[in-house]
Amino acid sequence: MAFLSLSGIRKEFGEHIAVHRFDLDVGEGEFVSFLGPSGCGKTTTLRMIAGFELPTSGVIRIADEDISRKPPNQRNVGMVFQSYALFPNMSVANNIAFGLKMRKESKGAIKTRVAELLELIHLPQAADKYPYELSGGMQQRVALARALAFRPRVLLLDEPLSALDAKIRLSLRQEIRAIQRQLGITTVYVTHDQEEALSLSDRIVVMSQGRMEQVGTPSEIYNTPATEFVARFVGTLNILPGVVVDAPSGRVKVAGQELRVGSPVTAMNGSQVHVALRPEAIAIASGDVDGNLLSGTVADVTFLGSIVRIRVRLGDGSGPVAFDTFNNPHAAPPAIGAAVTLAFPPEALLVLAESATPSHALVDADGLPAT
Amino acid sequence: MSGPAPVVDAARLADDLDAPPRGRRRERGALWAWVVVIIAITYFIVPLISTLEFSLRAAVKDPVTGEFIRPSLQAYTLVFNDPKFIDALLYSFRMALVTIAVSLLLLVPTAFWVRLKLPRLRPVVELVTLMPFVIPPVILVFGLIRTYSGQPFAIISTPLGADAVLVGAYVVLSFPYMYRAVDTGLASIDLRSLTEAAQSMGAGWPRILWSVIFPNLRSALLSGAFLTLAIVIGEYTIANFLVGTKPFGPYLSLLGQNKAYEPAAVSLISFGITWAAMLMILIVGRGGGRGRAPVTGAR
Amino acid sequence: MTVKATTAGIPGASPASRRFSWNWLGVVPFFAFAIAFMFLPITFLVVGSFQSAGQWTLANYIGLGDAYIQTAYRNSIILSAITAIGGGILGFLIAAALVLGRLPRALTAGMLTFSGVASNFAGVPLALAFVFTIGNNGLLTKLLDEHLGINIVTQAGFSLYSILGLAIVYMYFQLPLMILIIVPAIEGLRKDWREAALNLGATPRQYWRSIALPILMPTILGTIILLFGNAFGAQATAFQLTGGTIPIAPVVIGTQIRGDVLRNPGLGYAMAMGMVVIMGISIGLYSLLQRRAERWLRS
Repeated sequence: MAFLSLSGIRKEFGEHIAVHRFDLDVGEGEFVSFLGPSGCGKTTTLRMIAGFELPTSGVIRIADEDISRKPPNQRNVGMVFQSYALFPNMSVANNIAFGLKMRKESKGAIKTRVAELLELIHLPQAADKYPYELSGGMQQRVALARALAFRPRVLLLDEPLSALDAKIRLSLRQEIRAIQRQLGITTVYVTHDQEEALSLSDRIVVMSQGRMEQVGTPSEIYNTPATEFVARFVGTLNILPGVVVDAPSGRVKVAGQELRVGSPVTAMNGSQVHVALRPEAIAIASGDVDGNLLSGTVADVTFLGSIVRIRVRLGDGSGPVAFDTFNNPHAAPPAIGAAVTLAFPPEALLVLAESATPSHALVDADGLPAT
Repeated sequence: MSGPAPVVDAARLADDLDAPPRGRRRERGALWAWVVVIIAITYFIVPLISTLEFSLRAAVKDPVTGEFIRPSLQAYTLVFNDPKFIDALLYSFRMALVTIAVSLLLLVPTAFWVRLKLPRLRPVVELVTLMPFVIPPVILVFGLIRTYSGQPFAIISTPLGADAVLVGAYVVLSFPYMYRAVDTGLASIDLRSLTEAAQSMGAGWPRILWSVIFPNLRSALLSGAFLTLAIVIGEYTIANFLVGTKPFGPYLSLLGQNKAYEPAAVSLISFGITWAAMLMILIVGRGGGRGRAPVTGAR
Repeated sequence: MTVKATTAGIPGASPASRRFSWNWLGVVPFFAFAIAFMFLPITFLVVGSFQSAGQWTLANYIGLGDAYIQTAYRNSIILSAITAIGGGILGFLIAAALVLGRLPRALTAGMLTFSGVASNFAGVPLALAFVFTIGNNGLLTKLLDEHLGINIVTQAGFSLYSILGLAIVYMYFQLPLMILIIVPAIEGLRKDWREAALNLGATPRQYWRSIALPILMPTILGTIILLFGNAFGAQATAFQLTGGTIPIAPVVIGTQIRGDVLRNPGLGYAMAMGMVVIMGISIGLYSLLQRRAERWLRS
């Protein structure tokens, strides 16, 4: 049975629809990320779980209890904010104790619990310090401790690492995951950083423009993206336009060349689709090869040390198709402008379902418009 | 009022304010807020309305019937026809312009120089510009009279001398606002780079100030200027003790002691001038900063 | 403090020229002006307060114990305290209403602009406006009498020309000052502090008690102290209203400038110094509290 469930959630702000429809069942102890670019509705959905926004329609349940209309101070969920939101007039210890004080726990119990949490976040000596004396990373750890202190049923994190330096982000990320595993607390994590989502989550919900694009494990999201949006936003897939030649046998035509897809195609014959091609599976064809062949001209060769990154433009101008080969001092990479044939197995080719996101809103992993 | 009221009021009101959040952004305002604001508006508007009403109480004799008509604009007519009114307004206006000019010529180069060459001196300069807050006008004029009416600097006895000291006092009074405006304006431009670029093109200091710095500070300077204008025109204490009833403030005071309805008209005119100055500040200040109306203190 | 003769990081300086750089010339005009029109007068006052008939003495300060002067100081303190605390609390309420009351944006902006104007309306026009309102012939006085049968003068014994009357008038510039300073402070309360508090189980009232008010308290207290100093130094308004009949410190000092009441200028200077000390303490406390508030709000 789902511990946290959102059914038919919809959120409108006047004319603007922030979330079209959101359905999700989260198991107890599961770590789920909402991943997407700004404005996709991930934070709005999180805030609906927290109670800072009320859904226009739909139901939110925690442990079978309908909390959709409950005020935020009665939901017993813990939230960590992007800006830490530590109370500046209180010490670290008092910040952490705040939730317990609101629940009128005894002084002794509070003291013990605060000490416990300070140990958990490895900051036992910071108890009497004030937020302005702490670095960003330390403040966020205190914020985490504060959210966990009163043993909430669900932990919510709203882009907690976005305001921090890259190096701290990495170490804090791992710390958050370790603590979550240790406590086994059901967690929802909002981020626009696909690396964070992929490395932390049990499951990811990819969102765009208020819609769920795909729900799946990190591996599913990365290796088998369901829609063009997911394919562009997550990972480094090459995306090419194509036409379905024969759906049952999985044949599509890309840049005038016929290729076979690893799984049956659901689109109709003759329809325009987008195919995704994993760069790890591409090699330069040498001799007779089974599987797919794609011809084009070398557009770019970048030497990156142990890796050489090659970009190939296809006959009809589409691409570039990017892939990496290992640096081989004895075999020079192809010259720019040279004709080259790429080989890859059918399983590396995917036909993508159309995303509801219009093409001008497609973004890559850095949030920049995808070409 | 007998003693401090409990501070808890805000907490209780917060409860009413924070009903469960609704979907829309800016909904109807909270009841308590409307009540408070309406009472406040009433407090602030009623004196103005009373002044207006008073200014219309003067009776005009109808040339045809010979009867006295009220309300009328007679008070305003009398005021505008009074040469002393025009003189006082012009005098204060002139003083304000001179004050603004002196203040700008003094503070802009200083602020520029300090930022560029003597950054460690900045806190000191800032402190000096804030000192007028500590010295109420009545004390300042007391000291000024003491200083400049005896030996060795006896200049107040001459009209020009008195005017000069008046301008000096007003410039000092404008320090906090002018300096703050200039400093904020300078903070928002990259002073060092602009100056070095100008220098590398062969500009000397005056040229740099005139062509590079002043234009970039335009909106800040205009804001400061209008504020100084409002202050000088309305000022009473220093003007009264230094030059008597020549300026606008003492003129109004004398009028208030002698006439019934004209002071109301002049008060409204004075209020109108201040409003106009503040509006100009908002319009001009939109370039750099929030365009919030600045604060002056008591008189 | 030892001065290290190091030139690390100081462009274009050598050890010898570091203290005598020609750069200092650039700020001479400013400091000369400040000395001429601020420090020198104050110094004359200070010196004069220790002199009587050409001799150095403390007699002036002892003379501050005079009953009349004591009354003046006491009245000033009472008046300033009332309008500071009253203005502080009411001003805070109005500011809270403007920021948190979800009122129409135009109304809030208008009130803030008006506050800027109202704070500059102080002095003679303000006093006159209130005479026109609740003076013996004022509009409000007449309206209450004719329509409600309440004559505030004869029945309630209210007089505009009293400490209470002055307090009502002073609010006209105390409230705007409080509003203009507190509104940014309330706006500085981050939305996520409130959300975090609610998330942790607090009611809105608990949020205000435990977090919002404590955070705002340094600014509120500091501004109340500022208001105190502001009222303490106000001369024009009181003089216009009471003509010196009610002794308050600045008015008494004002009469001293003419040498009216007491024939002892030294006493006047001592009184002035007393005022400067009180103002200085007031401003000093205000900036201390402001600094503490900024430290918190910046985190």
